[in-house]
Amino acid sequence: MKAITANRLSDGVVVYVDAHGALVERFGDAQLFDADEADEALVRILERKGAIASAYLIDADAAGPTGRGALRETIRKSGPTVRRDLGKQAELTDERV
Amino acid sequence: MYRYDEFDETFVRERVAEFRGQVARRLSGELSEEQFKPLRLMNGVYLQLHAYMLRVAIPYGTLSARQMRQLAMIARKYDKGYGHFTTRQNIQYNWPALIDVPDILDDLADVEMHSIQTSGNCIRNVTSDPYAGAAANETDDPRIWAEVIRQWSSQHPEFSFLPRKFKIAVTASDKDRAAIKVHDIGLRLYRNEDGERGFQVFVGGGLGRTPYIGERIREFLPERQLLSYLEAIMRVYNRYGRRDNKFKARIKILVSSDPDDFRRLVEEEWAKSDREKLNGPLDELLRVRRFFEPPKYENIPQTCNSLDAARARNDEFDRWVRNNVSDHRMAGYAIVNVSLKPIGKAPGDISAEAMETVADIAERYSFDEIRATHEQNLCLPHVRKADLFDVWRALDSARLATANIGLASDIIACPGLDYCDLANARSIPVAARIAERFADSDEADGIGELKIKISGCINACGHHHAGHIGILGVDKKGEEFYQITLGGSGGEDASIGEITGRSFSSSEVVDAVERLVTFYKENRTVGERFLDLYRRLGPAPFKETLYGDAAH
Repeated sequence: MKAITANRLSDGVVVYVDAHGALVERFGDAQLFDADEADEALVRILERKGAIASAYLIDADAAGPTGRGALRETIRKSGPTVRRDLGKQAELTDERV
Repeated sequence: MYRYDEFDETFVRERVAEFRGQVARRLSGELSEEQFKPLRLMNGVYLQLHAYMLRVAIPYGTLSARQMRQLAMIARKYDKGYGHFTTRQNIQYNWPALIDVPDILDDLADVEMHSIQTSGNCIRNVTSDPYAGAAANETDDPRIWAEVIRQWSSQHPEFSFLPRKFKIAVTASDKDRAAIKVHDIGLRLYRNEDGERGFQVFVGGGLGRTPYIGERIREFLPERQLLSYLEAIMRVYNRYGRRDNKFKARIKILVSSDPDDFRRLVEEEWAKSDREKLNGPLDELLRVRRFFEPPKYENIPQTCNSLDAARARNDEFDRWVRNNVSDHRMAGYAIVNVSLKPIGKAPGDISAEAMETVADIAERYSFDEIRATHEQNLCLPHVRKADLFDVWRALDSARLATANIGLASDIIACPGLDYCDLANARSIPVAARIAERFADSDEADGIGELKIKISGCINACGHHHAGHIGILGVDKKGEEFYQITLGGSGGEDASIGEITGRSFSSSEVVDAVERLVTFYKENRTVGERFLDLYRRLGPAPFKETLYGDAAH
């Protein structure tokens, strides 16, 4: 499965695309796509140039990022592993974030 | 220190206003990200994993207390309460919002600071010896020359679109604390046999994916010829440096392909250039010398009874003096190194509160001067020996008195995969675990000088090639591994570390480092540093220590 992630233009914060095409901060709210759907959904997100600085697909399942980029994407999803008081991990208590 | 004139002030303010407009146009959708990216990079704004990153220039690493307080204010108001000192004597903020950056730049301009030329293919912040003006046996204050180069290179119309980024370092001492031989241009000011001052010129040093020690292309360049000679080097680079391949575009690739030919090209370019055209402006630029007049030192004796007594009654203070305090050129004064490497924390990180503590101490005890070092520490260059105990206590209250300068836990580490978009592996957790392994102060003192440097990718921001022990993070099918290099140095005895063999997993690498250190302790002679032993014995026994029989 794939998820779409981006950095929000105004502040760079990591966001995901949910089932309604909205940009959401929690990975737990991200929509998981099949590969074919994911490419189409990414094209639609990349058209929103005024909202995001960058966007791309990641491998993921309901528990979190998977595959070769899992560590990098898990750090993006949560925050620096050396500062648990920073990033999304500091702001939300849901472990799935 | 240098103070802006009206032209500097106007230029920086206009640049902030220009960027404010560019940000507004990007946010409105008028500019695409592709159009905007080079503009934000020209103002030091990168996009990293979690957020934007803003890199702020600290020319030749020199800061006043007022500037440090402003950096603290920015950390608190716009970021998450801390900043990160880099290996180029700059500071980076890891969490600024793009919409706030124009305001941050205005606040920086209030204290004569900016982010111009901290990114992009231009001449970057000129770095220098953090002990400048305070070190014994210095030929001149190298910051004078660094400032001249800064003014010459700022917005230089001919050199604003180079094949790649360009870094210049200047020292005026035999002891190289500015790593000049691993810079695009390294300059060492000295006096020749006739007593004339001039520069030894190294070109084409660098780290990254293809590390080189700079070639000495001129043994003695009269100081008055500096700018015309630099211009000749830059012209040759601009003309012949590759632009077709980013990874082959640094000047080191051009120089290393044929150093003699490069030297000839520079000399030819220099010979036909109008040297007087630049010598005139040099005289004008050298008016900056008055900004670097020595502080008004007191006439005090070299020995300090109160210091000796405090050292005798307090072992921790004595250790800190031994490890973190260096000789000053003036009797009765000392140079204080402020470690930003508390055990287990990110090298170079400093909280807003700690910045303010350093500012207060600098104002009260060090003639209002602070220096950032390329080893990600700070330095208070002019402290009376009689004040060292009070300075130590004040630093200790802010966790800034770790007595580990130059020791195993004084590790250079890039931000790595915890922050950086380019990284393949994490650096900071490895640095933290190594520091914890060597946290025992007596053991660390017993090991002595040991420079461990860690990079999270081949771009080598953690200077691993120049580490006595260098560690490079690599990605192997999504897992973090670490390759070890040995025998590197960024000092006057500069060398590039040699790769030992297969890489180690994250769980293996700290033990591997410890095995190397144990081997060193068992085989050294009196006074022999880790680096000296490696150079004496060569790589074979170290490889055997790391890999056992598999080394053969």
